[in-house]
Amino acid sequence: MRYNDYSEIIMIEKLKEILRHRELILILVSRELKARYRGTVLGFFWSLFNPLLLMLVYTVVFGFIIGGGRVAGFESTKFYALFLFNGILPWTWFSSSLLESANVLMVQGALIKKIKFPIEVLPIMVVTTNMVHFLFGLPVLVAFFLIFGKSLTWWVLFLPVSLLAQYIFTMGLCFLVSALTVHFRDIKDILANLITLWFFATPIIYTYGSVPKALQYVLNLNPMTHIVESYHYAFYFGSLPHWKRFSVTILVGLLFFYMGYLLFDKLRDTYVEEV
Amino acid sequence: MEVVQVHEVFKFYKKYADRHKFLTIKSALVNKTLFGDLQVGERFEALRGVSFDVKSGQTLGIIGENGSGKSTLLKILAGISKPTTGEVITSGRISALIELGAGFHPEISGRENIFINGVILGLTRKQIQEKYQEIVRFAELEEFIDNPVKSYSSGMFMRLGFSIAINVNPDILLVDEVLAVGDASFVPKCLDKINEFRRHGKTIIYVSHDLATIERICDDVIWIKKGKIEMRGYPKRVTDAYLEYIGKKDEKKSLAQHGEEEKLSGNEKEKRWGSREIEISNVKMFDAANREKYIFETDEPLAIQFDVEARVAESDFVFGIGVYNGEGVNCYGSNTLLENYAARQIQGKGKVRLTVPALGLVNGTYFLDIAVHKRDGYPFDYHHFQYTFRVTSNHRDVGIARIPHHWEFSDNIALFKNEDS
Repeated sequence: MRYNDYSEIIMIEKLKEILRHRELILILVSRELKARYRGTVLGFFWSLFNPLLLMLVYTVVFGFIIGGGRVAGFESTKFYALFLFNGILPWTWFSSSLLESANVLMVQGALIKKIKFPIEVLPIMVVTTNMVHFLFGLPVLVAFFLIFGKSLTWWVLFLPVSLLAQYIFTMGLCFLVSALTVHFRDIKDILANLITLWFFATPIIYTYGSVPKALQYVLNLNPMTHIVESYHYAFYFGSLPHWKRFSVTILVGLLFFYMGYLLFDKLRDTYVEEV
Repeated sequence: MEVVQVHEVFKFYKKYADRHKFLTIKSALVNKTLFGDLQVGERFEALRGVSFDVKSGQTLGIIGENGSGKSTLLKILAGISKPTTGEVITSGRISALIELGAGFHPEISGRENIFINGVILGLTRKQIQEKYQEIVRFAELEEFIDNPVKSYSSGMFMRLGFSIAINVNPDILLVDEVLAVGDASFVPKCLDKINEFRRHGKTIIYVSHDLATIERICDDVIWIKKGKIEMRGYPKRVTDAYLEYIGKKDEKKSLAQHGEEEKLSGNEKEKRWGSREIEISNVKMFDAANREKYIFETDEPLAIQFDVEARVAESDFVFGIGVYNGEGVNCYGSNTLLENYAARQIQGKGKVRLTVPALGLVNGTYFLDIAVHKRDGYPFDYHHFQYTFRVTSNHRDVGIARIPHHWEFSDNIALFKNEDS
């Protein structure tokens, strides 16, 4: 097998092609951000509104209504709120990316139909824009840690690795979803329900450790379990994540990315006519 | 040197109307056609074996009726869609004026949108920075450039879009009928810019219904009919053949339509309506020597003639005419009521003739409305945009009507008229 054949399989040329569009991706992401933040004075607040609301609701429900002032396994209700926000932030990045990518090729149809445009840039734009929202949320998370009096550790520096793992996995899924929704319009509705289910199948409102052993096997099959866990380790627990599970998750993420892009690329010529 | 080579290009589209508009997983599972639905079903052949070359520096015009495949061809040349079979080879940077202002975000300022649109069209930020002043100046938006695009009029929007697209500095420029939507003063400016491109030896492919412009700026014209090249050659020869074909087709159509309204498709219904108690047919145009003709000089006399048939005797009727230019602007309209003709009686077959001593319209393609209706507007037979004619002249003035005029200068102003132009 010649060198070329390998590069074909691992998509080196395709990845280079995507990198060539980085200026386009950057300007589209900044367009999305500016448009979101310009329309309203509280733009920045609105992108955090949903995660904050979720945190508040679960804290009230589990901390005060059910728990009567304390949540099992947590030192205090304040810490439970911290733990919640720690997981909800990356989850919001993930779920918003998926939902928006189901629409993005239709919403941006004019770009696809009327000009020569590298279409893969659109799902990339969605995932990257939501990542920036996530990054904007991090200072707020750190502030909560300081306010609630829980110290952070050097393990915070593990964050870029978690970020990369989540980016690759989310990107793969978003390629799949955006490509398939063009052909099957009800994926969007199926997805909305699936994401609710997926939320509860990921350790966000409960800790991984509090789950019975038998159910942990099921949770292990969910890549988001390990990704959200790695954020918990970086911030809340302040220790090294379970590196074996996390490494496998990175590999699974790469596989999703590969398959997702492959399918997206395969269906590329159909978008012009179908969106 | 050929910069565009189109070889045996076929383009098929799937037909959705009779199958599915939007496929869903549910329907695919219920009907057990998940894989079947992804197969190509019945297809529409938009292009059927198109081959041609364009040499560097050439300006090629493409004409044809709606649905003939012009736009599909342009999209394939632009690289937006791919041919089903066959190949297109192009060399050099292509800029397509198909959609102006693609990717503009309404909430964001014109300035920022220039950068977004420029990058989308393949420029780097640095290149845009260098051309920024020129883009804004050409679009005449100096005062508004920091306002959000949502506050722009459609004319301003188009001007900005055109200005960016043209400043991409392409080797090959593809122009769709976008120019028709610009405001009246900007269209000549766009054409000037396109002419400048020609002088610089760039290659241009120009798709339009505006035959006068096609004739003026193109070296070569292709006429596409039902997805195939019907004719290619010297502009005047091709546009004349095309107009003759359109004229004959309209005539055939009006004959075939006689008493068969139910067979009309939705599109044609929009173009003709009325109760048909009085019916108009056989609309023709003639020159001063009474030869049937659809191309006129600006100052040439002409006549419009049509047959009328009243099935029952009618005493309330008005004949009307409307002239529209290629942009859909009503250039002139009148009827017998407005001109104080009192209707007495119409019955059986007859003829109506309207003579015009001098047309006085500028270069362009025009559409005719011919109608017969009651005084209160109740339509007997209304033909809307059914007939086309063209005005060509050596005058290069712009606007709608050619207002009769002459210039006078005092002795200290020296100006000499070039009689040959």
